[in-house]
Amino acid sequence: MSVSTRRSDDGQVLMIQVHGRFDFSTHQAFRDAYEHSDAPVKEYVVDLTHTTYLDSSALGMLLLLRDHAGGDVASVVIENCNADVRRILSISNFEQLFSIR
Amino acid sequence: MNLLIAEDSHGDRMILATLLRRLGHQVYEASDGLEAVAMFVKLEPDIVLMDALMPTMSGMDAARRIKALAGTRFVPVIFITSLASEREQARCLEAGGDDFLLKPYSRVILEAKISAYSRMLNLHRSVMQQRDQIRTQNEQMLSEQRLARRVFDNVAHTGCLDASNIRYHASPLSIFNGDVLFAAERPGGGTLIFMGDFTGHGLPAAIGAMPVAEVFYGMAAKGFGAADLLTEINQKLRNILPVGMFCCGALFEADGKQGSIRVWNGGLPDGWLVRANGERVAIPSMHLPLGVQPPERFDVTMELFPAATGDYVVLMTDGFPESCDAQGERFGEDSVRQVLEGLDAGDHPFDALMARLQAFTGHPDPADDMTLCCLEVGIGGGVTDVAESTPESALSGSGSWHCVYEVRDRALADFNPLPLLLHICMEVPGLRRKSGDVYTILSELYSNALEHGVLKLSSEWKKTAEGFSLYYEERMRRLSDTQGHYVRFTLDHEPRVEAGRLRIRCEDSGQGFERQENTMGARAASVHEYAGRGMGILKRLAKEVSICGSGNCIEIVYDWEFPAQGATSQ
Repeated sequence: MSVSTRRSDDGQVLMIQVHGRFDFSTHQAFRDAYEHSDAPVKEYVVDLTHTTYLDSSALGMLLLLRDHAGGDVASVVIENCNADVRRILSISNFEQLFSIR
Repeated sequence: MNLLIAEDSHGDRMILATLLRRLGHQVYEASDGLEAVAMFVKLEPDIVLMDALMPTMSGMDAARRIKALAGTRFVPVIFITSLASEREQARCLEAGGDDFLLKPYSRVILEAKISAYSRMLNLHRSVMQQRDQIRTQNEQMLSEQRLARRVFDNVAHTGCLDASNIRYHASPLSIFNGDVLFAAERPGGGTLIFMGDFTGHGLPAAIGAMPVAEVFYGMAAKGFGAADLLTEINQKLRNILPVGMFCCGALFEADGKQGSIRVWNGGLPDGWLVRANGERVAIPSMHLPLGVQPPERFDVTMELFPAATGDYVVLMTDGFPESCDAQGERFGEDSVRQVLEGLDAGDHPFDALMARLQAFTGHPDPADDMTLCCLEVGIGGGVTDVAESTPESALSGSGSWHCVYEVRDRALADFNPLPLLLHICMEVPGLRRKSGDVYTILSELYSNALEHGVLKLSSEWKKTAEGFSLYYEERMRRLSDTQGHYVRFTLDHEPRVEAGRLRIRCEDSGQGFERQENTMGARAASVHEYAGRGMGILKRLAKEVSICGSGNCIEIVYDWEFPAQGATSQ
């Protein structure tokens, strides 16, 4: 499974982990990860610890998640990026839209 | 099924044929290899049952011929042989046979083999059908792409990409990988280049590129600047693209006359300014890609660099650093930097980068999804009449008119009146061919009035690198306080026979230069300096140029006429 999810104990944070390459092949799994959450989510955390690579369609998927989470008022955190992934995020200046840590 | 049996023994052949007919098959009989090949050609059987040893032509030779004739069609050849040695049996298979049965054969096994091959044949046929379907669809897609490409080329023509100071690589089908590259001459000189990389590929990426091309070429021809273009492109893409689709892009504006370039990079890899003096300046992405932010949050701040003749600007899409060698290793942005740092005087960055990439990938042709563009900055204030060749519109506008347009207070800081004024002038049919001249005149008058008249900036500053930054910092600072100031254009056009006369008067709220003793020298010097550039250009283009009032007003007279009949009559 290239995408896995976990809820925080209080159920308010949805943690999405992407394994391996985060590209178009992950599209459906990534959408499923947040679209079918039964209870409301306050914060989304995209954990990229195990993500080796990220392409522009993955950037698009992150924008879709942000849109789903409420657009400009969304709380979406991207964390644990490796150097390559971090570089791709910063070339596109995604710090302006997401909190990246 | 249609079966061909080749057997020289009449008795054996009859027994086999009878057996197969009872199983419901159509059976053709041949008595030697040669006859078998001839019947194969004529009757196209599904399966061939063949004796290995026959007169005239052996079963093995016949099998070879039949397999060669069948080409990609799958025709199972089953040997029925009394050859007992394993070596002989192996030879049957080497000759192209798919299987063999040893004499005396069992009816049950024969029947089972035929139905097994019949299943294989069906499978093979459906695979072939699908292959043909895929092939047809692929051909159709390619021909649709070629057609779409032609439509796209008409909208997003190459602009001035073929100019001698621009070198680029863009695959003819790059548009279907989401890469676009546009270049346009601004009406009054200077070059605009846009490079973009849409998310995704195929038709969606290509469709997004169309409006960008229209905005780019449309607005560039009307005299809008880079910031206006970016704002419009971003808004358009934001409106039409679904969330999750966007365009990484960079726009740069080289204004040879002013000796400066402006670059905006949103999501492309570092661009580079390669200076003739050996300096290398990275132009990193400072912005979100186009189509992501709503207009009110979109940041059009452009990086400004002084540039001189012989400097190069290099832009690329991520396909360039992402190109891989045979081992899957990326070329990388570090390699790009190394190539640029290692350039010798006289080396062209474009050639050096392409050569290094080629050596790295080992392929003569770069991938479809990389675009590289390199512009050589030229100073000269060349005024090109790009509109000279533009076809006349069928609509004719007014030839006799007068208008006064005043930009004042805060509008001086954030409004560019030139496209509007140019637009008014372009309503005169014959004047459309002269849009370059008219734009240059308007823009020279306006920047003189604004920068030297209203803002009291001295062009002396721009002569040194520190002064250059200071000039633009001061310009920015002083623009924040323009209350009570104005720049007023008075335009007047009168038609003549096959010709016309345009008068433009540009007046500013500044103090001019004649009455001011202190700054007289400076402004006079700047006017003198100006004479080498702006004033020189005005004098070259206009019939008359006069300075009036206290030096805060310039008036020009511009005459135009239709080209002689026959020369360019449309």
